[in-house]
Amino acid sequence: MTTTTLSKPATTVAANITHDVVRPPARRRLGLGRPIPYGRILGPLAVTAVWWVASATGALDPRILPAPADVFTSAVNLTGNGTLVDSVLVSLLRAGQGFAIGALTGIVLALIAGLNRVGEAFVDGWMQVQRAVPTLGLIPLVILWLGIGELFKVVIIAVVVAVIMYIQTYAGLTSIDSRYVELAETVSLSRWDYIRLVVLPGALPGVFVGLRLAVTSSWLGLVVLEQINATSGIGYLMFQAQQYAQTDVVVLGLVIYGVFGFASDAALRVLERKVLSWRRTLSG
Amino acid sequence: MATHVERLTRPAVRVHELTRRFGDTVVLDNLDLEIAPGEFVALLGRSGSGKSTLLRALAGLDQGTAATGEGTIDVPEAVSTVFQDSRLLPWQRVLRNVLLGLSGSKAREKGLEILAEVGLPGRESAWPAELSGGEQQRVALARSLVREPELLLADEPFGALDALTRIRMHALLQELCERHGPAVLLVTHDVDEAIVLADRVVVLDAGRIAVNQTIDLPKPRSHRDPRFLEYRYQLLGALGVKEEVA
Repeated sequence: MTTTTLSKPATTVAANITHDVVRPPARRRLGLGRPIPYGRILGPLAVTAVWWVASATGALDPRILPAPADVFTSAVNLTGNGTLVDSVLVSLLRAGQGFAIGALTGIVLALIAGLNRVGEAFVDGWMQVQRAVPTLGLIPLVILWLGIGELFKVVIIAVVVAVIMYIQTYAGLTSIDSRYVELAETVSLSRWDYIRLVVLPGALPGVFVGLRLAVTSSWLGLVVLEQINATSGIGYLMFQAQQYAQTDVVVLGLVIYGVFGFASDAALRVLERKVLSWRRTLSG
Repeated sequence: MATHVERLTRPAVRVHELTRRFGDTVVLDNLDLEIAPGEFVALLGRSGSGKSTLLRALAGLDQGTAATGEGTIDVPEAVSTVFQDSRLLPWQRVLRNVLLGLSGSKAREKGLEILAEVGLPGRESAWPAELSGGEQQRVALARSLVREPELLLADEPFGALDALTRIRMHALLQELCERHGPAVLLVTHDVDEAIVLADRVVVLDAGRIAVNQTIDLPKPRSHRDPRFLEYRYQLLGALGVKEEVA
């Protein structure tokens, strides 16, 4: 009932307010903001587009870099006669085995070094030396020991991966907040529970950094190994193509390496986000 | 029955001639302190007076540190500690944090019960990062009480909270202590907090007990009670603060 008496002044008040309202100043956003959906694919797509345009307009000499269409055609041809699929499978198997064995070895060694002082003295000292020696420099020696078979390739990739995994996991293990150690002591956690509930989850972010670095390195090792002495695999395919100046096949090999590297990294990112869902960082 | 009587007669905490040094600095100087079962003792003192050192010694957290010293400390088997930061593991959900180190369906049930008691029913599967500072400290309280401690050690547990939240936490802590009945040693630098909560206030100065004051007021206590103001005046004086109380 008071509304009728107030209706008239109310409008004037409202008018005054809209006039006097002070808007909060627009703040400069310093965080990264919303992630672009599938944003990481944009970079590679843009490069491909430039390549495409450059080839189509004739700015790019096909003897230097063949057009995307030519690379695609050679991919179709090689898939037709089965060479490509076989090569890809062989390479995938090598990288996969080397990665799995290496990652496991690196993590186990980091646990030995990170969880007790004797382990630290022996393992960490040795790993620091191992890290300084370029793993690919071991190739001649490993060939003498194991021959030029599959085993030798898997071992080299495993060593590359293990060193990276070791460094990142060990860093994760040793950087755990001492306040959590104190907490574990006050609630009388058993040593096993302490490792399971405090140390390992705390080291997990480091493990993921290691995995993502290692997965691309395993592809890197593969390129070198398959071009020195192999009779199969993508690297071998590229090496042969080089002999016959088939630039399109060489580029195809590079594209495949790139796609696999990108895909495996993306898969690890997804896994990381699932496993480390408790984290709230800038990358969202 | 006999053990019950013994529990009532034997002090929960007995500290005898305790000395702690860091290098040449004497932090605790030949200190004696007893706390009765179920007694709430607040420990006041300026920074550097040794209050945190005493609490850490009682919690058994000074082994393997730079501290040296002698003396005897008797504490019960079941001791829980609450820190100034809630110290929740960010990668464990709330209930897992409360039950840290405990297992079984019975513990789980008790954990859920105690979460309801601290005012967080239904939040058991939240991540610590999703909680406010006050809520995190409630979880820390739940974590310490679910272990049914005979002695609760609290190192400035509300120091990082805002004034309003702190008042709410005082009421909660008082209620929980009445229900669970542990002996409590609360380290604080807040005189009002000490008078509101404690049965007895101990003021440390240079590693010795300077004041040992029983607070003889019915709970809940009012800040406007003239006797409250008298205690406040006294304790602030003991802490070296000159203040005119109107």
